Amino acid sequence: MIRLENISKDYATRQGRVRILSDINLTIAPGEKIGILGGNGAGKSTLIRLISGAESPTSGRIVRRMTTSWPLAFSGGFQSALTGLDNLRFICRIYGVSTEDKIAPVEEFAELGRYLREPVRTYSSGMRARLAFAISMVIEFDCFLIDEVVAVGDSRFRAKCEEELFGKRADRAMIIVSHNASYVRKHCDRAAVLNQGVMHHFDEISRAYKYYDKLMK
Amino acid sequence: MTEERAATGEFPLATSLRIQGRVIGALCLREVITRYGRHNIGFLWLFVEPMTFTLGVTALWTALQRYHGSSLPIAAFALTGYSTVLLWRNMPSRCIGAIRPNFSLLHHRYVKVIDIFVSRVLVEGIGATLSFVTLSFFFTGIGWINVPEDILTIVVAWVLLALFGASLAIILGSLNERSELVEKFWHPMSYLLFPLSGAAFSVDALPPAAQQIVLWIPMVNAVEMVREGYFGSQYRAHYDVFYLVSVTLILALLALILVRQASRDLKQE
Repeated sequence: MIRLENISKDYATRQGRVRILSDINLTIAPGEKIGILGGNGAGKSTLIRLISGAESPTSGRIVRRMTTSWPLAFSGGFQSALTGLDNLRFICRIYGVSTEDKIAPVEEFAELGRYLREPVRTYSSGMRARLAFAISMVIEFDCFLIDEVVAVGDSRFRAKCEEELFGKRADRAMIIVSHNASYVRKHCDRAAVLNQGVMHHFDEISRAYKYYDKLMK
Repeated sequence: MTEERAATGEFPLATSLRIQGRVIGALCLREVITRYGRHNIGFLWLFVEPMTFTLGVTALWTALQRYHGSSLPIAAFALTGYSTVLLWRNMPSRCIGAIRPNFSLLHHRYVKVIDIFVSRVLVEGIGATLSFVTLSFFFTGIGWINVPEDILTIVVAWVLLALFGASLAIILGSLNERSELVEKFWHPMSYLLFPLSGAAFSVDALPPAAQQIVLWIPMVNAVEMVREGYFGSQYRAHYDVFYLVSVTLILALLALILVRQASRDLKQE
């Protein structure tokens, strides 16, 4: 279970403090899949950074009783001077798992061929994203954080990712933040809408969808 | 970290320390591979780089017949002096601005801001120490300087200076997240502090009034202590261990407070 209790987040800007998220409450049970819809600047990515632990809330409390992933398909954590393999080793060391048995799966899934042993800076953006996704699948988590649509590579690769995530890991909890309502509808049990830092909860996805639709007009 | 504890059934603190050790180890390796790569001598650069600095300074001072106010050979003076500079000067330089390029690593829940600082400080410290030890063996081997008289004093002074450098590094690294002025100031500061740090002079050669003043600089006490351990019988060292320890402890406490504040206020661009 992950529980956000009265979470608020301010950022200091030149014009003074700006409240990005205010008084957010959210509970995610094991295996539950929650979609969080919001337009640009609604605070979705900030929310993900708070849940992943990259940033701390200004006030409120986050209780984590499940392991949470880093935001999926996120490739910012790569050291571009290092090879894909070195980056994989680094992640494995951090999470305390052995690397050797992970190399073959990543090699196969990311389809990088000999580039796995070349510096990441020589990769195309598609290759980077494929490596990021492949490495994300190497460490097992109870709850996956998914920021925006997992739109990685071509449609064949996307299908592979969907199968890996929503097929093989159907028993895990997932938090999907997106501005794409149909994606959320396809994969989530319930949804909430984030609007100007305030979260609106809905029992049915269709209600959330309607509300979000109205906001976007 | 609740999950890991449940799996192993150990004390919370033990779990946290195990995770932190693992993360710092991984960050150190990443740092070393990124900085030195696997080309030519690879990670050996870790201490060959500082060694070339010390050797260069030794050569320069020898060539200039630099007057340093003691009867010690110049090699001995440069080795004990310049090695300590590497220790307190490079740690802050590596920690200032260390967070921004590594921010994305904080998405991995086990990685904390302090781990990034500690790993950089460790890599610098290990490099400077290996360089000091290797050059000591080298200069002793070719007969330029004598075997250290009291190794324990050297070790204590060295560790104290390393802790001082590490605390200073974490303080400056944390403050730099608030204002980049820190980065602008540290550069000239470290240059100005070099001639004042005791690396290039002997306190005993100064007039008594000046001695009182320079001993307020913590690094001077550490350098003098290293020299006492190295050449005790031929060198009149002036230092105050109590002062050095107090300053280091205060800075360490300040470092912990500031790093905590910095990690709370962090924000991604």
